[in-house]
Amino acid sequence: MEPRKVPPSADSGTPQIRSPELGGRNAKLSLNRLKRYAPFFALIALSLLIGAMNPRFFEFNNLIRVANSASIPLVLSLGMTFVILLGSIDLSVEGVLAIGAVLISLLVRNNGNGFDLGWSAVVLAILACSGIGFLNGAIHVGLRIPSFMVTLGMWFIGVGVATLILGGSTVRVLDKGIRSIALDRPMGFFPIAVWVALGALGITWVIERQTRIGRYIYAIGGGEDLAALSGIPVKRVKIIVFMIAGTLYGLGGLLSAAQLGQGNALIGSGRLFSTVTAVVVGGTALTGGEGGVLNTLVGVMIMAVLGNGMVLLGISPDVQQGVQGVLIIVAVALSLDRARLKIVK
Amino acid sequence: MLAVEHVSKAFAGVQALDDVNVEIGANEVVGLVGENGAGKSTLMRILAGVYSPDRGSLKLDGAQVLLKSPREANLNGIGIVFQEQSLLLNLTVGENIYLGQEAEFTRLGLVNRRRMNAAARRQLAKVEVDIDPDTRTSELSFAARQMVELAKALALEERTEKHLIILLDEPTSVLEQRDIEILFARVRALKRRASFVFVSHRLDEILALSDRIYVMKDGRVVGHMEAGSTTVPQLHQMMVGRDRHAEYYRESRQGPPREEIVMEARDLSVTGAYRKVDFVLHRGEVLGIAGVVGSGREELTRTLFGFVPQSSGTLLIDGHEVRLTVPSQAADHGVGYIPRERRTEGLVLSLPLAVNVTLSKLPTSRITGAIRLSREIQLAKSWVDKLHIRTPGVEALCLNLSGGNQQKVVLAKWMNARAHILILDHPTRGLDVGAKEEVYELIRDLSEEGVSIILTADTLEETIGLCHSILVMRDGKVTARFDASPGRKPSQVDLIQHMV
Repeated sequence: MEPRKVPPSADSGTPQIRSPELGGRNAKLSLNRLKRYAPFFALIALSLLIGAMNPRFFEFNNLIRVANSASIPLVLSLGMTFVILLGSIDLSVEGVLAIGAVLISLLVRNNGNGFDLGWSAVVLAILACSGIGFLNGAIHVGLRIPSFMVTLGMWFIGVGVATLILGGSTVRVLDKGIRSIALDRPMGFFPIAVWVALGALGITWVIERQTRIGRYIYAIGGGEDLAALSGIPVKRVKIIVFMIAGTLYGLGGLLSAAQLGQGNALIGSGRLFSTVTAVVVGGTALTGGEGGVLNTLVGVMIMAVLGNGMVLLGISPDVQQGVQGVLIIVAVALSLDRARLKIVK
Repeated sequence: MLAVEHVSKAFAGVQALDDVNVEIGANEVVGLVGENGAGKSTLMRILAGVYSPDRGSLKLDGAQVLLKSPREANLNGIGIVFQEQSLLLNLTVGENIYLGQEAEFTRLGLVNRRRMNAAARRQLAKVEVDIDPDTRTSELSFAARQMVELAKALALEERTEKHLIILLDEPTSVLEQRDIEILFARVRALKRRASFVFVSHRLDEILALSDRIYVMKDGRVVGHMEAGSTTVPQLHQMMVGRDRHAEYYRESRQGPPREEIVMEARDLSVTGAYRKVDFVLHRGEVLGIAGVVGSGREELTRTLFGFVPQSSGTLLIDGHEVRLTVPSQAADHGVGYIPRERRTEGLVLSLPLAVNVTLSKLPTSRITGAIRLSREIQLAKSWVDKLHIRTPGVEALCLNLSGGNQQKVVLAKWMNARAHILILDHPTRGLDVGAKEEVYELIRDLSEEGVSIILTADTLEETIGLCHSILVMRDGKVTARFDASPGRKPSQVDLIQHMV
């Protein structure tokens, strides 16, 4: 039903309200809107810049390489996105990923023990990671401990448990199926790992846009009190979000084990920083309620393109790490500025 | 239809509602008026299911109902449009209207956005606004958001069999005149679908929109009449009630202020809050600022302590022109601020009395810069004696002191920092009668010593009783000035007619 076709009310002499009159979107807000696309423009500009400095960037095989290097960060960052949208944080990425990877490499055919569970090992391991995510969420809301502390603890517990299971050694994955995830390129295009990451992107995008959970994540991030007053099951939503995050870290563990062909407790080292950076660089605000998985895709691509570009340009790895650090600070500064704009109006 | 019967509610010993009876009929607009703190908001929150009454009951169509949450109130057809708006700015208009109600548009776990937006559009049509439900709420003006809130409340119609009652809690305080007229027109048009309870500080609005009016004072209903049979002055008189008791406020101790001018404002303005305010504050003078919420008086006091610097005009302290951009600057000029929220803004409750007293000005050694702890104790002791602070000792934690004594510690802090101008922001809020009297006594002491005071008080009585002169503000402008020396004190009605 179109609003204008409604029969006029009892006193029809009243002025009709049109959104330009009453809603008046002002110029600063459209600037705000422009800023929301800033990460995307930055990605394009960055690609063109690197391409101009070294044309090999745009070669088919290099683009495949960029996509491949983005696959694990994307899976991890998607999980982190929902947590950050809530206004929480999840530091357990490396711990959960390690448990996932170690469990998988020990339960499929490997050089350490006699197991050969094949794909059911993958399912088991990822479920275990969902379970850790559930624990994160349940402890966070149940005992009212800040997510920062709960997941910081879980990070170390995860790494500790993974070390314990393996006894500090490394185990080689001999399962052909698992290895094919990283090695096979169907129709000579992306490796399977990239397709897995894109699948995760699709599913999380549907969750974000089309489900109640997605809606409630934004509502909680935008105003938790108000969300609760509207009858939203805030605690349940939070637990589910941490579970989704754990599940995706488990998937990241699978891809890591496949990529390296082995499992060890430190397999996730350095992933936390790049995960948070990608989410923030994509424009998801640490305060919650702003951003989303598409932002995260852009953020991950910026990181991947930058990393690839610096390799192509022969910049030393030490410098690369510094650049990542600068990037996260700049990104947060920009997103803060954006929030201020909303208030100043 | 909805009847409030013998409802009482107390908060931490303060009786917010006392045996209140109110009836709301079908298809009518019921106006609710009263001073700040008269109990209007508490009553609204009880109707909305936010609070539950200590005693008494709510009856809907003759049957008793318990509203334990806003959701239950909703299911009984009661929706509220809050003064501070309750829309999530990061969601779209449609998402806000159906927040928490997505189930009806969900199939196989997926929310059908198109159907939801179509339904939202239907709600928006009821209030005759043409806003795309996909618009982000943050992109709308305040007035448009108010309409969205109204539409959200009207969406209840489809979820309940009950007659709709919509509570409008000061909906006009953030609106421009033109938008207020639009809102009123909508409410009149919607009367055939719902009843309204309308709270406003502006009596002309209440008279214009309501069918019947209830007047509240000190948590009680003191008047109830048809809107057609009353006038603004009559409402003023009822809101004010009893006469002031002179000795309560130590009026006999009120001497004339000295000649010397310590603070002066000329054409002081803050964009969007107040315009062209002039005043002069003498040494030892108590200057009261009266005005309802939204009159600009809160912002004015905040300017004087450097929270909100003026956008134009001049402020002089001791003859020097100043523009205070941070509170520490104000403190450097000898201005002290006693905040309304003394427990969070005035004191560090978890620290001892002595530490709080010296918080703004630490006794430090000139040579090493270290805090002189024995001097600190000595200073604190002298203030405890001087202000008659009842405490087991200067090492006692502030959270163990009573409200009145906490307030005295805040005062001691500023006196210790040698503040000679004190801004008292609702200094007696939450205090019992005895503690209030002590604060009044203290204000007289300070005044005699030559400390100047700017007071925003909880009640008009207090303002009139304590002050030498009074500034009345409405809608960001000074509407009246009164000399309030003993024997020439204005009446509350004098003040209130310039406030609303």
